Amino acid sequence: MTALLYILLAIVIGIAIWQIISIFNLKGVIATEKDNNTQGILFAFFGIFFYGLMIFSFWKYSVILLPESASLEGARIENLYIVTMGIILFVQAVTQFLLFYFAFKYRGIKGRKALFYADSHKLEMIWTIVPAVVLAGLVLYGLSVWNDVMDASDAENPLIVEVYAKQFQWEARYAGSDNELGRANVRNIKGINTMGVDMTDKNSIDDIPTRELHLPKGRQVIFKFRSQDVLHSAYMPHFRAQMNCVPGMVTQFSFTPSMTTTEMRANEKTMAKVAGINKIRVEKGEDPYEFDYLLLCNKICGASHYNMQMKIIVEEEAAFNSWLSTQKSIAQVVQEEN
Amino acid sequence: MSDHHHKETFITKYVFSTDHKMISKQYLITGIFMGVIGVFMSMLFRLQIAWPDTSFSLVEAFLGRHQDGGVMSPDIYLAIVTIHGTIMVFFVLTAGLSGTFSNLLIPLQIGARDMASGFLNMVSYWLFFLSSVIMVSSLFVEAGPASAGWTIYPPLSALPQAIPGSGLGMTLWLISMAIFIASSLLGALNYIVTVLNLRTIGMKMTRLPLTIWAFFVTAIIGVVSFPVLLSAALLLIFDRSFGTSFYLSDIFIQGEVLHYQGGSPVLFEHLFWFLGHPEVYIVILPAMGIVSEVIACNSRKPIFGYRAMIGSILAIAFLSTVVWGHHMFVSGMNPFLGSVFTFTTLLIAIPSAVKAFNWITTMWKGNLQMNPAMLFSIGFVSTFISGGLTGLVLGDSALDINVHDTYFVVAHFHLVMGVSAIYGMFAGVYHWFPKMYGRMMNKVLGYWHFWITVVAAYGVFFPMHFVGLAGLPRRYYANTAFPLFDDVADVNIVITLFAILGGAAQIIFLTNFFISIYKGKKATQNPWKANTLEWTTPIEHVHGNWPGEIPAVHRWPYDYSKPGHEEDYVSQITPLYEGEEES
Repeated sequence: MTALLYILLAIVIGIAIWQIISIFNLKGVIATEKDNNTQGILFAFFGIFFYGLMIFSFWKYSVILLPESASLEGARIENLYIVTMGIILFVQAVTQFLLFYFAFKYRGIKGRKALFYADSHKLEMIWTIVPAVVLAGLVLYGLSVWNDVMDASDAENPLIVEVYAKQFQWEARYAGSDNELGRANVRNIKGINTMGVDMTDKNSIDDIPTRELHLPKGRQVIFKFRSQDVLHSAYMPHFRAQMNCVPGMVTQFSFTPSMTTTEMRANEKTMAKVAGINKIRVEKGEDPYEFDYLLLCNKICGASHYNMQMKIIVEEEAAFNSWLSTQKSIAQVVQEEN
Repeated sequence: MSDHHHKETFITKYVFSTDHKMISKQYLITGIFMGVIGVFMSMLFRLQIAWPDTSFSLVEAFLGRHQDGGVMSPDIYLAIVTIHGTIMVFFVLTAGLSGTFSNLLIPLQIGARDMASGFLNMVSYWLFFLSSVIMVSSLFVEAGPASAGWTIYPPLSALPQAIPGSGLGMTLWLISMAIFIASSLLGALNYIVTVLNLRTIGMKMTRLPLTIWAFFVTAIIGVVSFPVLLSAALLLIFDRSFGTSFYLSDIFIQGEVLHYQGGSPVLFEHLFWFLGHPEVYIVILPAMGIVSEVIACNSRKPIFGYRAMIGSILAIAFLSTVVWGHHMFVSGMNPFLGSVFTFTTLLIAIPSAVKAFNWITTMWKGNLQMNPAMLFSIGFVSTFISGGLTGLVLGDSALDINVHDTYFVVAHFHLVMGVSAIYGMFAGVYHWFPKMYGRMMNKVLGYWHFWITVVAAYGVFFPMHFVGLAGLPRRYYANTAFPLFDDVADVNIVITLFAILGGAAQIIFLTNFFISIYKGKKATQNPWKANTLEWTTPIEHVHGNWPGEIPAVHRWPYDYSKPGHEEDYVSQITPLYEGEEES
C-alpha cells in the first residue's frame, strides 16, 4: 500500500513539475473559445464521474453500514432517515445535473450574447415555497419522532441503569429491586466503590455495579449517564442511541431493545457485514469476529478515546433476570472489600 | 483628498502599511502560509487513519518526540486534528478569506479612497499576524499544542491531567484566539463603517455588488458573535488559572477529587456555539459573495434575483445566530430546546436553496467564460449543495442522535463550509489576482489545479459519509480497537489517497500564484470585462485608488449582455442613456 502511495505522489509531483516548466511557455491567461469548449465538455464528463461515484459508493459501501435498528425507537428514526435521504438524493440528483448540464450546454461561444434575464418573481416564489413546504413536513415528522424518543415519562416499569464514564472505561449500575438508583458523587469514590455511590442512601444498598451491560428485550431501559472527569458520549449505534456524559450532571436517554444479540447475529445484513469483516481478518491472520452490540465513546476525551468501549448483551427477559440475580450488590461488594 | 503624494518608506509601504490593498495582500500571504500548515497536518493525520501501525519517515521527521519509530502518539494525533481545525476555520477561512477580500474589495467596489480607518486596519492585520505567530509557536511546546478538539470543550481543555495538550499549549491557544478575536473585531467594525459611510456618489445600497453585501453582513455577524467567544475563552482562562468553577464541577481525576463545584460544561458549549455556528457563515458568506460576482461576470449575465440574493444573505445571517443549539442535541440540553433548534435550523435551508437555484439560473442561457475562477465557482455551487443537503439529516434532532460526532458530520461540514469556502477563496484569488498584483495567473495551471482538486475533494468526502453511517466516531486515533470497523479500513485508505492527491494539487496553485506575482503576464485594466468599480482604477496601485476624482455610479453592477448596448458589459460608471431603464 505504501508503495502505491509513493507512486501516486511521484506521479502528482511529476505532473506538477511538468506544468511548472510549461508556465514559462504558456502565457494564456484568459479563457478562449477553445478553453470554454474543452472545459464545458470536461464538466459533462465530471457530471458522469460524479454520478458514477455516488452510485459506486452506494453499491460498494452499503455493506459496511449499520444493520437495521435494534430498538423500537431506533426503528422510527430509521424511517425518518429513509424519507429524509430520499428527498436529499432526489434534490441532489436534479440540482447537480442542472449545474453540470448548464456548464456544458452554455459554454461560451464568441459572438453569442447571453440572455438578459435578471429576475422572475414566479420562479423565486416556487423555489422559496416548495422547499418551505417540504421542510415543514420534515420538521413536523422529525419533531414527532424526537419527542417520542426523548420523552420517557410514560414508560411502564422501565429498567433503570446508570452508565458511568471515566477516562477510558465504562461502568454500569443497575437500580436493583427497588428500581431506584442511590445518590452518588465523585467525592464518595473510595476503593472498590469506583462510581462514588453514597452508601448512606438506602436506595443504594441493592444497586448492582457491573462492567458489562445486559439489557432485556422488549422492556424500556432508561439510562442515567454520569462522568467523573471529562465529557464523554455514550454512543450505541445499533440502537440509534447517544447521549453525552457530563461531569456535574446526570443526563438521560431511553430505548426499548427489540432484538437480542443472538437474533442480531442471525440478521441477514449483520451476517453479510460480519462475513466481509472476517474475510479481511483472515487475510490479516486475525481471529474471526463475532457480532456484539457495543457502547463506545463518541466525545473526544483523551489519548485512549479511540478504545473506550463496553460490550452490550441483549437477551430475553428471563435470561436477563437470571443474569442480574447472579450479580453482587454494591453493599456486598463494599463489605467484601472491607 | 489626494493624499497619494505623501512620501512612503519601505516600512510604511510594505510592513506597517495603512493601504487596504497592501493589507489585503498581507492577509492573503499569511492566510496561504497558515493554509499550508493546516493542509500539511491533514496529510499527517490521514496517514495515521489509513495505516495506523505503519511507520512513516514523514512522521518521524516532523513529529520528533511525539512519535515512536515513525508512528505518531495518540496525544499528538488529537493535537494535530485540533490545530488543523483551528487553523483552517479561523486563520485561513476567516482571516485569510474575509480579511483578504473585504480589505481589497470594499473600498474598491464602493468607490472609496481607503477603509474608514487605515490605522485600525493596520492594527487589525498585525494583531492577526501576532495571533498566527503564537498559534504556530504553540506547536513547539514540550507537551504538545492544544489537543481537546477545535471546539476546546472543558473539562478536557481545562485539565492538563486529562490530556497533556491542555497545559501550556492550551494557554497559548487561548491567548492566540483572544488576540485573533480583537483583530477580527477591529476589521469587522472598519468594514461596517466603510460600507455605510464611504460609498461614492450614486452607490446606493441596492447598487452594491453582492460581494460587498456578503462582506458587510459577515462583518455584522462577526461583531455580534465573536465577543461571546472571547467571554467563553476568558471564563475558561479563569477556570484554568484562577480556580473558578464556571464550567467545572464534581471532577475526580488521577485518584484525586478536584475542588470545582457548580459549573457546567454545557454553559461553555452554549457560549462556544453562539459564535461557533455563526462562524461557519462568517466563513461561507464571503465565499458566496465572491461566487455570485464571478458567476455573473463569467456567465455574461446578470445575477439572477439580485434582491432575493440580498434577502437570503440577510435571512441566513439572522438565522445563523439562533441555530447554535443544533450542535448540542445530545449534550444533555433540555429536549424541548432541541425541538426549537431543529425548527430554526431547517429554516436555513430555505434561503440556502434560493441561493443555489439562483446561481444555477444565472448560468442558464449564459455565455460561460470558463476561466479558472468560474470553474471554482461552479465547484462551489456543487459542493455547497452536496454538503448542504446532508444538513437536513444533522439539523434534524432525531436523526442527529445517531450520526452526531461521526464521520458523517466531518464529511458534511467539510463539503459545505470547508471545501466550498476554499473554492470561493480560490475563485477570488484567480479573479482578483490582476487587481492585487497587476499581473495574471496562468490559466492552464488553473485548470489542472481545479480538476485535480475537485475530483480529489469528492473522492475524500463522498465515501466519508459512509464511514460515518457505519457508526465510526470522529477523532479516533485508530479504529483497530474495534473489529466492528475492520471493513471501514479500506474506505479510509481510499480517502487518504484522494486527500494526498488533493493536498499535492495545491502545489500547482502555490507555484502558479508565486511565479505569477513576478513572471505573470501583465494585466490589462479590465481583463474579465466586469462592471464593478475596481476595474476602473489604474493597474499600478496608487494610494487613494483613483488618481483623480472618484467616479460616480449610475447603475447596478450586473448589466451584463443588456439589450441596447454594444458590448456585453456596462460599467457601473456608465450613465444610463436616454430612455434606458435601470434594472
